[in-house]
Amino acid sequence: MSAEFSSFINIGERTNVTGSAVFKRLILNGDYEKALDVARQQVENGAQIIDINMDEAMLDSVEAMRTFLNLIASEPDISRVPIMIDSSKWEVIETGLKCVQGKAIVNSISLKEGEENFIHQAKLIKRYGAATVVMAFDEKGQADTKTRKVEICQRSYKVLTEQVGFPPEDIIFDPNIFAVATGIEEHDNYAVDFIEATKEIRATCPHVHVSGGLSNISFSFRGNNPVREAMHSVFLYHAIRAGMDMAIVNAGQLEVYDEIPDELREAVEDVILNRRSDGTERLLDLAPKYQGDGKAAAKEDLSWREQPVNKRLEHALVKGITDYIIDDTEEARQQAEKPLHVIEGPLMDGMNVVGDLFGEGKMFLPQVVKSARVMKKAVAHLQPYIEAEKTDDTKSNGKILLATVKGDVHDIGKNIVGVVLQCNNFEVIDLGVMVPCATILQTAIDEDVDMIGLSGLITPSLDEMVHVAKEMERQGFTMPLLIGGATTSKAHTAVKIEQNYHAPVAYVANASRAVGVCQKLLNKGTRDIYAAELTTEYEKVRDQHARKQPRSRPVTLDEARQNAFTPDFSELPCVPNTLGVTPVTADLATLRKYIDWTPFFLTWSLAGKYPRILNDEVVGEQARELFEDANAMLDTVIADGSLTAKGVMGLFPANRVGDDIEVYQDDSRSEVIGVSHHLRQQTLKQGFANYCLSDFVASKTSGIKDYIGAFAVTGGIGEDELADKFKDNGDDYNSIMAKAVADRLAEAFAEYLHEQVRKHYWGYARDEALDNDALIREKYQGIRPAPGYAACPEHTEKQLIWDLLDAETHTGMKLTESYAMWPGASVSGWYFSHPQSRYFAVAKIQQDQLEDYARRKGWSLDEAERWLAPNLND
Amino acid sequence: MVTDSQHPLFLAAQKRILILDGAMGTMIQKHKLEEEAYRGERFKDWHCDVKGNNDLLVLSQPELIYQIHCEYLEAGADILETNTFNATTIAMADYDMQSLSDEINREAARLAKRAAEKFSTPDKPRFVAGVLGPTNRTASISPDVNDPGKRNVSFDELVKAYASSCHALIEGGSDLIMLETIFDTLNAKAAVFAVESVFDELGKRLPVMVSGTITDASGRTLSGQTAEAFYYSMRHVTPFSFGLNCALGPDLLRQYVDEVAGVAECLVSAHPNAGLPNEFGEYDMEGPEMAEHIGEWARAGLVNIVGGCCGSTPEHIRCIADAVSGVTPRALPEFAPKMRLSGLEPFVH
Repeated sequence: MSAEFSSFINIGERTNVTGSAVFKRLILNGDYEKALDVARQQVENGAQIIDINMDEAMLDSVEAMRTFLNLIASEPDISRVPIMIDSSKWEVIETGLKCVQGKAIVNSISLKEGEENFIHQAKLIKRYGAATVVMAFDEKGQADTKTRKVEICQRSYKVLTEQVGFPPEDIIFDPNIFAVATGIEEHDNYAVDFIEATKEIRATCPHVHVSGGLSNISFSFRGNNPVREAMHSVFLYHAIRAGMDMAIVNAGQLEVYDEIPDELREAVEDVILNRRSDGTERLLDLAPKYQGDGKAAAKEDLSWREQPVNKRLEHALVKGITDYIIDDTEEARQQAEKPLHVIEGPLMDGMNVVGDLFGEGKMFLPQVVKSARVMKKAVAHLQPYIEAEKTDDTKSNGKILLATVKGDVHDIGKNIVGVVLQCNNFEVIDLGVMVPCATILQTAIDEDVDMIGLSGLITPSLDEMVHVAKEMERQGFTMPLLIGGATTSKAHTAVKIEQNYHAPVAYVANASRAVGVCQKLLNKGTRDIYAAELTTEYEKVRDQHARKQPRSRPVTLDEARQNAFTPDFSELPCVPNTLGVTPVTADLATLRKYIDWTPFFLTWSLAGKYPRILNDEVVGEQARELFEDANAMLDTVIADGSLTAKGVMGLFPANRVGDDIEVYQDDSRSEVIGVSHHLRQQTLKQGFANYCLSDFVASKTSGIKDYIGAFAVTGGIGEDELADKFKDNGDDYNSIMAKAVADRLAEAFAEYLHEQVRKHYWGYARDEALDNDALIREKYQGIRPAPGYAACPEHTEKQLIWDLLDAETHTGMKLTESYAMWPGASVSGWYFSHPQSRYFAVAKIQQDQLEDYARRKGWSLDEAERWLAPNLND
Repeated sequence: MVTDSQHPLFLAAQKRILILDGAMGTMIQKHKLEEEAYRGERFKDWHCDVKGNNDLLVLSQPELIYQIHCEYLEAGADILETNTFNATTIAMADYDMQSLSDEINREAARLAKRAAEKFSTPDKPRFVAGVLGPTNRTASISPDVNDPGKRNVSFDELVKAYASSCHALIEGGSDLIMLETIFDTLNAKAAVFAVESVFDELGKRLPVMVSGTITDASGRTLSGQTAEAFYYSMRHVTPFSFGLNCALGPDLLRQYVDEVAGVAECLVSAHPNAGLPNEFGEYDMEGPEMAEHIGEWARAGLVNIVGGCCGSTPEHIRCIADAVSGVTPRALPEFAPKMRLSGLEPFVH
């Protein structure tokens, strides 16, 4: 990854009638609604700007441009990005400029019709408030050689900056990308001309940008997408290095440079760089080999297909095979008296086998989720027949509402619970993530549900759950309440939630417990007994909790500060190579190598360390299968670009002031651009310091110039869409898999970026050479603690990271009101470089630190108590 | 911009935080004028009701408007806003008074100028900002939910209306032009286009103040832009000042002023409402409380020009002027030249 690459902009090319047959047909048919979908998909796929072109002879281009832009204005998902108004007709461009409220880009103007016209148009563009693409085109024609390209661009630059007063940073030169490998010798050097001209233009015209229409380059290989994509990647690779910083591309269809097979890359490179005279022929010879992706399918064992239909259904359910399920279900339906009997008979029998195997520990969660996918497909097939018969006597075990509470976006665990419950014939209403209390309760009433299940991952969600419980009590609810999610616990449920709601409240430790708990709570015979058990149990937990002595005695904040950690600063802190904010990207193929797989298996309730788990006696087979599926998912998302990773990091001058860290604008250290607040351990330590993260940074009074870093990365751009797509197809397994994989990619990105920071951006460990295992075991110098976790447990500090890095602009990552990060697959944190910096847990703090922290943050005591609740004594 | 950096107002802004006046509407309401008063002698036979046409008062009750200007000048305002919020031909159509638009704009500027000149001293010169309001139509939002592509006004119609008002405001003696309460950026871009054309035609430029409105807690304009994206849409006019007004009280507005202060290369202005309206549509926040907020903004280095919008009175302005007196104004930041684009959200490259 390099700075050039991370600041490269891709412009969506699909909303262009000259380039996309699909889009052209939609516009000609007046199907603007579908045309908007094309635009929306591009933005979702990562286009940072969208190009819109309506130049088509059969079309009133002015009217089409106006209509489409007006419609886009009403679609916030699309209009959040800038628009590129693309036309060869000035009239169409001017119409477009009158329809966009944002600052757009005109594509394009040129000296084609002389200076006078060029100046006139440029002045108007400036007055409309837009940037512009300028084509390397003059009175004599389009520039094809390096010299002509450079000459025209320099002349345009002079005219624009000196006569029009056009801001140079708003000029984007398009020095014309032409097709190579056409068989015509004069074309062979076109790519080289472009690349070299780009370098010259960037060097002689300060602040301008260089862009181009990428797909032209590979025009002669139409119909062979693998070769075209390879040509695009190789061309970009070299052009970006030369200074091309934007391009009109189909972002979803770019092969990763390093992933191109050597042989093909070599041949493509010969053509692009015009390295040998027979380059074109050699690529032509090679091309057919890469046409299509012809992988031979492995032979399957299909003997089970010989069995009777009921057995086949059972086999499909247990093995999670969807290939034949519709045919088999249909066969069973024809044999059955009523379609409902297929569900009640063979399908439920099959699911009971699954349930039993799961109960005995012979099947594992991921398999159960796959079984559920098969079941859903079968039921979906039967549904219309059942409806037709109008027998309204299907009875589910009960109706359960599930939701991730307001402010939280994490839902992998909740989704697994939902699927497991559905497998066991519960009707599940899943309200998704960030659900406000009022919506939960209103839906519970409207849908007449039997039970509510709340989930959450970050600590502020605990408070929200307490709030929901109190509201349920206030509004007179009587249905049971389930509590689950990574930060929830039996203790928290007992101490903070259960007492606030008179009906049964049950903490559910994991998905496999959910069924049992729900059955007991919804069965009239067992409900009261189980409720009484719960009450007694929570009473006991509260009692234990109250009697629990802190393992070591608390100390005052002053005492803790006296015992602060004092690192050795005899060697001065390393000055970062790159100060300031740097947006970063990473291709998923690289990140893949940095994945720590152990937590992935835990997500699916398979315990064991990777890679040992793959050969585990009990779960090994299942782990291998899961691992294969995850890798297949990775292959897919890498190939189709449905998931992308984005990130940003910054390194800043910083010094400690008390327990806070001041972050400065620049090395003059005169302007504070943010203050990072930290908490100090407050229990009596024997032989250890009372750590606070700020200890690892040199104090302002020391005069030592120290630094701090911040980062925010996500592997989940596109995760919600991808997961929803699977979910809409009834494929919960892959829906959950997509999120689990995105999660891993985010963590991998954090690990990868940290390495880049240590070696390059900051450069304090230039010579570090560690393998992935050593990375996972954190064998390196420096730490990257994340707000919300043990060493800096207070979540609102993420805001500072967001502010310092302008993270939302750079990555699209957002913070919810509870400071959860969206997309869910995200990681953010601080970088500390001191060799003695280490991870620790702040744990419980005392009233004096609470008050001190509130003062430092400018908070009321109430506010501080709310955000620090997990670290306060109950 | 050469014109702006030599402008006496810009020189004054180097030394202190400038004071803008407060609400006109609230002050007019206090006089509880009836239809007859709005009409005055000249419009006594006008064919439709004109009560509520506050801008018409510059013709029918000029002394009343002049008095209000004077009260704000006494309270310490450096800059008066002309009483022309609804004076474009487009907004005047509500009273069928399109034909009076130019006259109202011109007279409003003259009235304000007369007051400003009366109070001007060499130490504290007073200035008139000719106000171009948002109009009551939106160029980028459909008036019909079932037809999202529909518009009730076009860019060209807005340019025409704004150009004509701008001409009249300059003719009447405005020292600056102010686009305020912008809720649809496309309307404001049309205003910029018009203003630039008028400057071109007259062969001179006036400083341009731009002030938008964050509609609610979403932190966006009515047309959906974030404050930063909105700034990027407008910065081609090289504004003298850029800021926010109306819709929110100072407590809720602060974060957005902060956002603007972080991106604007020009002076930053803010004139919030005196809180949010209560159930009776009245603004409750008193001068001292409002001044406390604005004083804090000043000390935090967020602002260069402050004043009041809906609900504010000369008393509010006096308190605000006291609160920011002696506080160092926000220093103008310098940013690397980058292409600053926007959709609803900013995009910097």
